[in-house]
Amino acid sequence: MSLSLDLRHDGPPLDFRAEIPEGRITALVGPSGSGKTSILRSIAGLLRLRYARIALAGEPWDDDHIHRPTRSRPIGFVPQHYGLFPHLTVQGNVETALTHLAAEPRRARALACIALAHVDGLGARYPRELSGGQKQRVALARAIAREPRVLLLDEPFSAVDRSTRKRLYVELRRLHQQLGATIVLVTHDLDEAAQLAAHVCLLHRGRLLQAGPTGEVLTRPCCAAAARLLDIPNIFEAQVEPGQTGQTPLLRWGPHTLRAAGPLPADAASSLRWAILPSNVLLARPDKPWGSHLENPIPARVEEVIPLGGEAVVWLRPEGMPETRLQMRVTDRAVRRHAVAAGQEITVCLRVADVILLGAPHRNA
Amino acid sequence: MDWAAISLSAELALVTLLVLLPAAVLVARWLAVTPWRGKPWLEGLLALPLVLPPTVIGYYLLVAMGAQSPLGRAFEALAGQTLAFSFTGLVVASVIFNIPFAVQPIQRAFEAIAPDIREAAQCCGLTFWQAFRRIELPLAWPGVLSAAVMTFAHTLGEFGVVLMVGGNIPGETQTVAIAIYDKVQSFDTAQAGAMSLLLLVISLVTIAVSYGLVTRLMRRRQPV
Repeated sequence: MSLSLDLRHDGPPLDFRAEIPEGRITALVGPSGSGKTSILRSIAGLLRLRYARIALAGEPWDDDHIHRPTRSRPIGFVPQHYGLFPHLTVQGNVETALTHLAAEPRRARALACIALAHVDGLGARYPRELSGGQKQRVALARAIAREPRVLLLDEPFSAVDRSTRKRLYVELRRLHQQLGATIVLVTHDLDEAAQLAAHVCLLHRGRLLQAGPTGEVLTRPCCAAAARLLDIPNIFEAQVEPGQTGQTPLLRWGPHTLRAAGPLPADAASSLRWAILPSNVLLARPDKPWGSHLENPIPARVEEVIPLGGEAVVWLRPEGMPETRLQMRVTDRAVRRHAVAAGQEITVCLRVADVILLGAPHRNA
Repeated sequence: MDWAAISLSAELALVTLLVLLPAAVLVARWLAVTPWRGKPWLEGLLALPLVLPPTVIGYYLLVAMGAQSPLGRAFEALAGQTLAFSFTGLVVASVIFNIPFAVQPIQRAFEAIAPDIREAAQCCGLTFWQAFRRIELPLAWPGVLSAAVMTFAHTLGEFGVVLMVGGNIPGETQTVAIAIYDKVQSFDTAQAGAMSLLLLVISLVTIAVSYGLVTRLMRRRQPV
C-alpha cells in the first residue's frame, strides 16, 4: 500500500520512480532545480508531464488513459507561499475546501480544522492580518479540511522564522499522528527532513539518487553525488586491494590500509570512492591503551580547529597525504579535554562499519 | 437643458454596459490565462478603438450596418428598420468602440491573481465555475468596476462614432455630446455650457467615486 510514482518529463527534466510509503511522512530532498516541486505538483494533478504513472494503493490517478483532475484527487496541498484567498477570512478560506457540505456541517468542520491547526480565535481575520506562522497553520487547516489521503507540503516552513519553524515541526508531527495521512514534504533542508520524515527521497537533476528510511539515507549515501548532496566533506578515492570480494574488503588510501564493511559496489573496479561522516572520525585517546583493537588507525596532524556552537570542526592532514584534508567533528568538551590544537599530531580511527563505499569514481560524478 | 439627449445618453451607456460587461469578463479571463500564440494579435485587434480615429471606426461600422451590407439587410428584414441611424445601431457601435475600455482593466485584474491562488482553488475541490464565482471574480472585482466606470463615462462622452453611425436624430440617436455640438452650432452657448458642465460633473463624480472604491477594494485583495 503506497503512492507509486513513475514520472518523466523534458522541461523541467524529470526521470523519477519511487514508492512513497502510505501513512508516513516522506521528504523529497534536493537542491533547487532538482524537480521536487514538479513531482509534488504532478501528484496534485497541477502539472501535466510527458509521461506520468501515479497510483495510490493501486488506484490510478494518472496513466495513459486517465488523468484525474486535481479537484477529484484526495489530496491537500500547502504551496510554498500558502495560496490563501486574500478576500476571504480564515473561516472562509477553510470553508472553501468544504463546498460539498451543507452550511451547518461545513461551518462545524471548518471550526474543527481551525482548532486542529491551532488557529482557533482567528476565524474572522483576513490573511493579511496574520503572521507567517499563522498563515502556514491556516493553509494547513484548509489542506486537511477534506480529509485528504495524501497531504502535499511544498517547503511549508521556508517563509517563517526559526523559532516558529521549530514549533510548527512539533505541530506537524502531532497532526500527522492524529490524521495518519500520507505526507509528502518538499524541502532542501536536511535538518528539516531528519526531524520530520520517516522516509527520504534524495533527488538530483530530476533523478532519484537514493530512497529509504531517513536515518539510513542521511548517514549511508549510495554514491558520491548523494554524499555531496548530504554535505559530507570527506569523500576520497582509494585503490581496492586485488582479489577483494569478501565482506570486509581492504582499501589502499595513500600509505594507509583501510578495512571496510562490504560488499564492494557492483561498479567498483580497481579504484573506488569512499566517504565517512565527520562525526564518525573518532579521536583515539592517547591515554587509553587501544592496542590492536583500534579500527583503521590514521595518524594525522591537526591543521585547524574551528569552534561551532557546542562542537568543533577539526581539519586534519593524514600522514603521508599532503594533498588530502579530513574533517572531524568533536564536542567542545573533547577539544578541551584532549587539548586539540593546530599543529598537534593525533591518531584518529575510522570504524569499519562507518566507512561508506560509494562506487567507482567517474568524471563529474 | 436637452433632457431627451441626456436620458438617451444615459440609456445608451447602461445598455452598452449590460451587453458588453459580461462578455468582456469572459474574454478578459480567457486572455489573462491563455498560452495561445495568436494572443497578441487578438489583443491588438481589441485595442484598435484606442488608436484609430473615431471617424474611421464610424465609417467602417456605417458600411457594415448600411442597407447594402449583409448585416444591414438581415437586420432590416428582421426589425423592419435600418440598423444605421437607429438606437440599436448606436448600441452595436458603442459596444464595439468600448471593447478596450472594458476588456483591458478586467484582463489586468485577472492577470494579477497569483497562480498559487488558482491552484489552491483546484486543490480545494472547486470546479472551474465554482472557482470563478467564489475566488477569481471577487478578486478581479476592482478591475470589473474600473471597466464599468470607464465604459459608462466613455459612452457618455463619445462623439465621432456616434455621429457617423447614428447621425443626429433627436430622441432616437442624438446623444448629449451631439446635442452640445448642435447648440454651439446654433450659438446657444448657455444651453451648451449647462450641458457641458453637467457632463463634466457626472464624469468627475463617477470616476472619483470609482477610484476611491477601487483603492479600498484593492487594499482588501492584496496578495498575502
